[in-house]
Amino acid sequence: MGRTLTQIAAVTAMNLRSLPQRKWTSLATVVAIALVTGVLLAFLAMANGFQATVAGTGSNDVVIALRKGSESEINSTLMREQVLLLQEAPGLAKAADGKPLLSPELYVIVDGIKKSSGLKANLPLRGLGPLANEVRQGIRIVSGRMFQPGTNELVVGRSVSKQFRGFELGAKMRLASQNWVVVGEFDAGGNVFESEIWADVSVLQGLYQRGSTVQTVRARMNDPASLEKIRAFSEADPRLKLDIKAEKEFYSGQSRNIGDLILYLGWPLAIAMSFGALAGALNTMFASVDARAREIATLRAIGFRGTPAFIGTMIESIILAGIGGVVGSLGTYLLFDGISAATLGSNFTQVVFSLKLSWSLVLQGLILSLVIGFAGGVFPAWRAARMPLLAAFKEQ
Amino acid sequence: MSEPLIVLKAVTKRYTRGKQSVPIFERLDMSIPTQDFVAVMGPSGSGKTTLLNLLGGIDKPSGGEIVFDKKRMDNLDESKLAAFRAGNVGFIFQFYNLMPMLTAAQNVELPLLLTKLGPKARSERVKTALEIVGLSDRARHKPSELSGGQQQRVAIARAIVSDPKLLLCDEPTGDLDRETAGEILSMLQTLNRDLGKTIVMVTHDPEAARYAKRTLHLDKGHFSEKDLAA
Ligand SMILES: Nc1ncnc2c1ncn2[C@@H]1O[C@H](COP(=O)(O)OP(=O)(O)O)[C@@H](O)[C@H]1O
Ligand SMILES: [Mg+2]
Repeated sequence: MGRTLTQIAAVTAMNLRSLPQRKWTSLATVVAIALVTGVLLAFLAMANGFQATVAGTGSNDVVIALRKGSESEINSTLMREQVLLLQEAPGLAKAADGKPLLSPELYVIVDGIKKSSGLKANLPLRGLGPLANEVRQGIRIVSGRMFQPGTNELVVGRSVSKQFRGFELGAKMRLASQNWVVVGEFDAGGNVFESEIWADVSVLQGLYQRGSTVQTVRARMNDPASLEKIRAFSEADPRLKLDIKAEKEFYSGQSRNIGDLILYLGWPLAIAMSFGALAGALNTMFASVDARAREIATLRAIGFRGTPAFIGTMIESIILAGIGGVVGSLGTYLLFDGISAATLGSNFTQVVFSLKLSWSLVLQGLILSLVIGFAGGVFPAWRAARMPLLAAFKEQ
Repeated sequence: MSEPLIVLKAVTKRYTRGKQSVPIFERLDMSIPTQDFVAVMGPSGSGKTTLLNLLGGIDKPSGGEIVFDKKRMDNLDESKLAAFRAGNVGFIFQFYNLMPMLTAAQNVELPLLLTKLGPKARSERVKTALEIVGLSDRARHKPSELSGGQQQRVAIARAIVSDPKLLLCDEPTGDLDRETAGEILSMLQTLNRDLGKTIVMVTHDPEAARYAKRTLHLDKGHFSEKDLAA
């Protein structure tokens, strides 16, 4: 056993020391595997970051009411009568004057121009009821001030001003044939709200000819347990056949599909690319074995078994792949980790989020690279182990 | 004559090339006494290398028996043959076959990695072997830093370092100038005479063959008459 290890170590050291003679093809393999790992990790980081952003949105203390079966805010409509009825629901938190903390909201799409690409993209414009600030918590105006109810004033999420043209504090613009001005910028802790523009709901109702209808109602509950009471209240009244959800649950349900989509796009793409990298690895390792044919055969003639030749070749392949994996992970980390990306959320609006790498994702990338190294090494290693000894007697 | 080290009994060797079976030897008999130094001559393609491979356990005969030190070795499996080569045979090749990235000493040490010797004992042995071939001062040199004759001397050190009974040399001077060839051949003679190594050397050079105790001529799968008489 000790002797076998000594032999394997000697043969492996010889392989690795002769690597510089095959530096270009070895380098090409490392690069190919690094690319595969990098692409995979970029997608995984995207899915991870997206999920973290969307899942981090919403609160268990906030209830959201939508028209039955509407799934998303954009498809929902609620009548004024329904909004008024909801105010009577049990379990709602109350303001000092006894009014329930409830915000009827509109949700429409406007165009924005992305700074990065110069292309048009959808931005959600949300109309907020007067009590919206008490319904949502964790929203902070970071510059400027909140809009004045009844005016054409906007506040924008941080991601909006960062990623889109013309949304700086004080910027003027036309929306729905009216002039608007950005009076403030808000921070929502990096969640989906930061990709939104907010204005007064009654101003938007007029501009978008919605009369007295809204799209959703958000309300603060006394506690998460109140959700069931509100749902029962809604079910009991034929005028209130609504979908009643905790806000947090609503957003995590929305994130699942898109997050999965990114994930299931990333893996197949990485696996398809892996075949290319695998072909490269096989090519490199067969070339390595052929270049060492005479040395391998000479060792066998001296009395070495096939095993050290096999393992030495495998180790060379796995080391090359491992280097590729590490380079790919490092590259993804340096290039992408923490950078912002935007994707279509469920409402066909842009959700801005950051790519987020984690050790468990890096581990997945490294495993993929090692699998390529293993698969790319095993056939050449087999050839090395079965090398005809007569090769030792041939002229180079 | 002393005890035979190797005996070939009715050895047949055929190579299959495609569907064709090409005979190299038909019922070849041969006996090599211990401490013999045989030169094997013959035209190109007559099977000299094939014969060395059979003697050294690199290739297996298609028929017949090969007995080494009173033990049959033609029917050993791959791993037993590897152990047989490691323990009994030193090979010397026409093109030296040194590992280019290893130093002379590391090259010479390779066969010792197959033994139970520890690092210290190994380096002692390597030192002795390099002394025998007169290359103590080149231990740390890479093959590319050595002349052809020096490289072949490293190869000889590697062949004798684990003290095998049999040395098999395939055209050991085929790539060297006459003077250097003479040095190598004298060294083989010394190994035969002073260390008692049995040597089988393939060569097509009659000058080289003169260093051996006897010469066998291989032609069309047989040794010619005059050798059998010798
Ligand atoms: N592995 C092999 N497969 C098929 N034919 C071979 C093989 N090795 C050698 N031969 C053939 O056997 C014959 C003898 O070869 P070899 O022993 O190398 O001759 P020599 O060393 O005398 O020049 C040649 O005709 C050669 O082509
Ligand atoms: Mg030959």
